[in-house]
Amino acid sequence: MAASIAVTANYVLQPPPYALDALEPHMSKQTLEFHWGKHHRAYVDNLKKQVLGTDLEGKPLDHIINKTYNNGDLLPAFNNAAQAWNHEFFWESMKPNGGGKPSGELLALLERDFTSYEKFYEEFNAAAATQFGAGWAWLAYANDKLKVVKTPNAVNPLVLGSFPLLTIDVWEHAYYLDFQNRRPDYIKTFMNNLVSWEAVSARLEAAKVASSSSA
Amino acid sequence: MMTVAVTAISSPLLLHSQGPNRQLLQWKRNEKRRLPTKVAGSGVITAGFELKPPPYSLDALEPHMSRETLDYHWGKHYRTYIENLNKQIVGTDLDALSLEEVVLLSYNRGNMLPAFNNAAQAWNHEFFWESIQPGGGGKPTGELLRLIERDFGSFEEFLERFKSAAASNFGSGWTWLAYKANRLEVANAVNPLPKEEDKKLVIVKTPNAVNPLVWDYSPLLTIDTWEHAYYLDFENRRAEYINTFMEKLVSWETVNTRLEAAMVRATQREQEGTYTEEEANPDDEEPEVYLDSDIDVSEVD
Repeated sequence: MAASIAVTANYVLQPPPYALDALEPHMSKQTLEFHWGKHHRAYVDNLKKQVLGTDLEGKPLDHIINKTYNNGDLLPAFNNAAQAWNHEFFWESMKPNGGGKPSGELLALLERDFTSYEKFYEEFNAAAATQFGAGWAWLAYANDKLKVVKTPNAVNPLVLGSFPLLTIDVWEHAYYLDFQNRRPDYIKTFMNNLVSWEAVSARLEAAKVASSSSA
Repeated sequence: MMTVAVTAISSPLLLHSQGPNRQLLQWKRNEKRRLPTKVAGSGVITAGFELKPPPYSLDALEPHMSRETLDYHWGKHYRTYIENLNKQIVGTDLDALSLEEVVLLSYNRGNMLPAFNNAAQAWNHEFFWESIQPGGGGKPTGELLRLIERDFGSFEEFLERFKSAAASNFGSGWTWLAYKANRLEVANAVNPLPKEEDKKLVIVKTPNAVNPLVWDYSPLLTIDTWEHAYYLDFENRRAEYINTFMEKLVSWETVNTRLEAAMVRATQREQEGTYTEEEANPDDEEPEVYLDSDIDVSEVD
């Protein structure tokens, strides 16, 4: 089973690793105030209420996610638990003055598994743009391969046995204040100006260690 | 290297199906088809769905739904569904059909064809604009109120359940009041002749683009709970949006008109014998049923 990387905080609303206005002009402070301050906060608060007094209480977040995923027949706490996890992972996938191209081992693997960085970009962009309704697009690592995955609503690659490395939130609340219906522009801005390749590289390292130790 | 689309649900449970679509189309064929329009410059005549304006101006629902919202929701989202649908179906079998027919055929028993999302969203949005009006809200009257009271206990009880369904529809989707004239409790079933007591009002919540037409229900009212419907006016406060919708926007007149039409249709179908026992059970087997277990439809009783 895939170990959770980095995001293990138990039901605490962690602030993003930058000020709420630090991603401007690419992602506005107003968006962060709502997205982090209301949506993400509500998932955490509601999760706490939901697990209180049950045998899920006090368990690590990724444990709750895998248990309540229940092979696709979702149990009540799944949506809140997974959304709490997904959002923390999302804030950490970005940084001020992000974007550009990855380097080192990560770039090598992207070129190996997608032929080129441009091809990866295209595929990630397409996944994010075509996830109909609410959901997420991911770069994930499994069986020593990188792949692009798109998921609906709160689902994430942990439940598929993969290590998430990067995500973009394509629920409308993620981009509506800044881009309204223009999701393709949001995705482009995310890729060109926000993504933190350092974070992705660090996660890849952790994923390789975790998968070799559990092999 | 592969892009994987994941759904957190098991694959549809298919017994067999008589093809409810075939029966539905029999009577829907009477409905008005769109007229073909010439495409400028190309000399090719092709049918194109048109962007219908709402039955009120874009600022007429203020302050309950802003002009800005209508500019985006109607002027961009809805417009894009129509334009993309037209591009998708031009020159195909779906091209000469009515919008409802495209929705039903592309639903394809839950294994949706590419045109479904655009077609259903085009249909849903037109239905949504017509479900609301300036100076809306209040209470229904007449037959509609009588049926609401019969099937939900009271108008207040209906309101609570409808609002709760809309608030709890996770992700993108719609919540509906619909008239159901089916005997069976399962969706998509070939429908043996319903009795009077089988006909009732139901509340249904659907994900993404799905709507109750695909289960042969008659939609009467809908609220759009995709975030784009309320984000500019209410941000994350969906419950407030739903309250405002019910108190200030819903057009009970329209709902009533739709109910009357639905009841007439149900009667007509029975008289025409669209449902026949022989057709449903050719070899005296159990009625064939297609269960849509991949769609989380909660019929809120």
